Amino acid sequence: MVYGAGREEDDEDMSEGLGLKAKLGLDVFKADKEFHIKIKTGQERDMRLKKAILVCPAGLYSENEKGEVVISVDGCLECGTCLLVCGDELLGWHYPRGGAGVQFRFG
Amino acid sequence: MVEEASEQFDTIIVGAGLAGLAAAYTLAGEGLEVLVLERGDYPGAKNVTGGRIYLNPIRDMFPDIWQKAPLERYITHEEVCLMDRERSVTVRYDGLELNTEPYQSYSILRGKFDKWLAKQAERKGAIIVSKSPVDELIIENGKVMGVMAGGEELRANVVIACDGVLSFVARKAGLRQPSLSKNFAVGLKEVIEIDRGVLEERFNLEGNEGVARLFMGDVTAGKFGGGFLYTNQESLSLGIVVGIDALTEEYPEIKAPELLDRFKQRPEIARLIKGGATVEYSAHVIPEGGLKAMGKLYGDGILVAGDAAGFSMNIGVTVRGMEYAMASGYYAAQTVIQAKAKKDFTKAALSAYETLLNSSFVLTDFKNFQESLATLEYPPLFKHYPELALNIMKDLYSVPAGPKVRLFPTVKKYMSMSEIWSMVQVGRRMMKI
Repeated sequence: MVYGAGREEDDEDMSEGLGLKAKLGLDVFKADKEFHIKIKTGQERDMRLKKAILVCPAGLYSENEKGEVVISVDGCLECGTCLLVCGDELLGWHYPRGGAGVQFRFG
Repeated sequence: MVEEASEQFDTIIVGAGLAGLAAAYTLAGEGLEVLVLERGDYPGAKNVTGGRIYLNPIRDMFPDIWQKAPLERYITHEEVCLMDRERSVTVRYDGLELNTEPYQSYSILRGKFDKWLAKQAERKGAIIVSKSPVDELIIENGKVMGVMAGGEELRANVVIACDGVLSFVARKAGLRQPSLSKNFAVGLKEVIEIDRGVLEERFNLEGNEGVARLFMGDVTAGKFGGGFLYTNQESLSLGIVVGIDALTEEYPEIKAPELLDRFKQRPEIARLIKGGATVEYSAHVIPEGGLKAMGKLYGDGILVAGDAAGFSMNIGVTVRGMEYAMASGYYAAQTVIQAKAKKDFTKAALSAYETLLNSSFVLTDFKNFQESLATLEYPPLFKHYPELALNIMKDLYSVPAGPKVRLFPTVKKYMSMSEIWSMVQVGRRMMKI
């Protein structure tokens, strides 16, 4: 089981100063063998993918210097927002394998 | 085919959320053979709520569970907070009825509750298998016969799709179309641990009393949505819900996680969470399309319940989903029990599910509130009106160095004819809810 990096020791006001990466670091994730979300080949420049950059709660989508949208699946909360915005046409999207991915303790 | 083959279950339930577990609990209680397949590490591992469940509509369906259920705090204080960029106004409603047993609603953490409910279902005889996603449906001659999970073929008289808002199972069964983003919102939430004594003092709570506060206006930068705060026993559930299409609007262009951070940085919020430690960050899509966005609820050998069926509703003052999930799971179970008595699991027999839902609060609510989403999706409600109200408040409370303007002219200044006319229109609009 992979636990998050935990809180920064010197971060006195723990809830207020947290960045997105640190926040995701608090969640429990279990590794998957493969990426469960992939941008379909040839679609990387589709304008609709840019919306995923805005909506993803985990900030996993970004644009590279070639103007292509890329995704880094680590930290995915499996919320489904990107699938609703981009659809099957642009994304190969399935849930992680059994027991993998985010495991909410509080939910 | 032998009807009672060894691998044949009465029901296979996909997903150990509230719909699935309510169905499993009910079916197992009647002695039916139930298998629940859950893709997470444990029941609850993939489940997220904003944070509050209303018990009145579902109390009698599960009479034995509430006494011991690990709920957080009963909500005795209903608050709403209107925000613009620099100011806010909060109304707190306290009613004796909210503080009288049986309590109407409780804050809830699904990690705890779902795990517990799963145990209750197991005690009744349900088999719950975690780490087990469903890969495919087994469909023969148009009838759902079971599922494929982990390469295994598992057969049942009825499959109940309780696999959540994206419901790949309902899609595979042809019961629903690919979803449109306009019918969904996304919720982002932090659970912030805070010392129990500090929490109770900060929110003016006695014992196990709790607060629910909803936020509107600048909390979503004027986009369709709002914020929420629920007090748990030793933590706060703090978050925002925003329409997915509203998030992709060009103006103001802001990333979803930044909205939550801005919300937390508001002085009104910062002082409430001060000294607290975030212990989890979660997000989930919420179906808000209501009746118009619903797919089919049943087919040959299959029923759909909970978020998978689109059973979640935003009517502004309340945002509800969990009661609909548990009730639909309960009615799905009743339908299977009836179907088993008649040994008929066809679409025609399973249509009893919709009849049960129609005569219950579930579909009655969805019919009554079918205009609510379209009505609430009105930009001035999230920007102009909060600003207007707060500007009036500002002037009413201000005492200048010189003489103070009389109260009526203070308010009248903001009330041009066109403003009053547009308020009448908004009033008319709200009458549809």
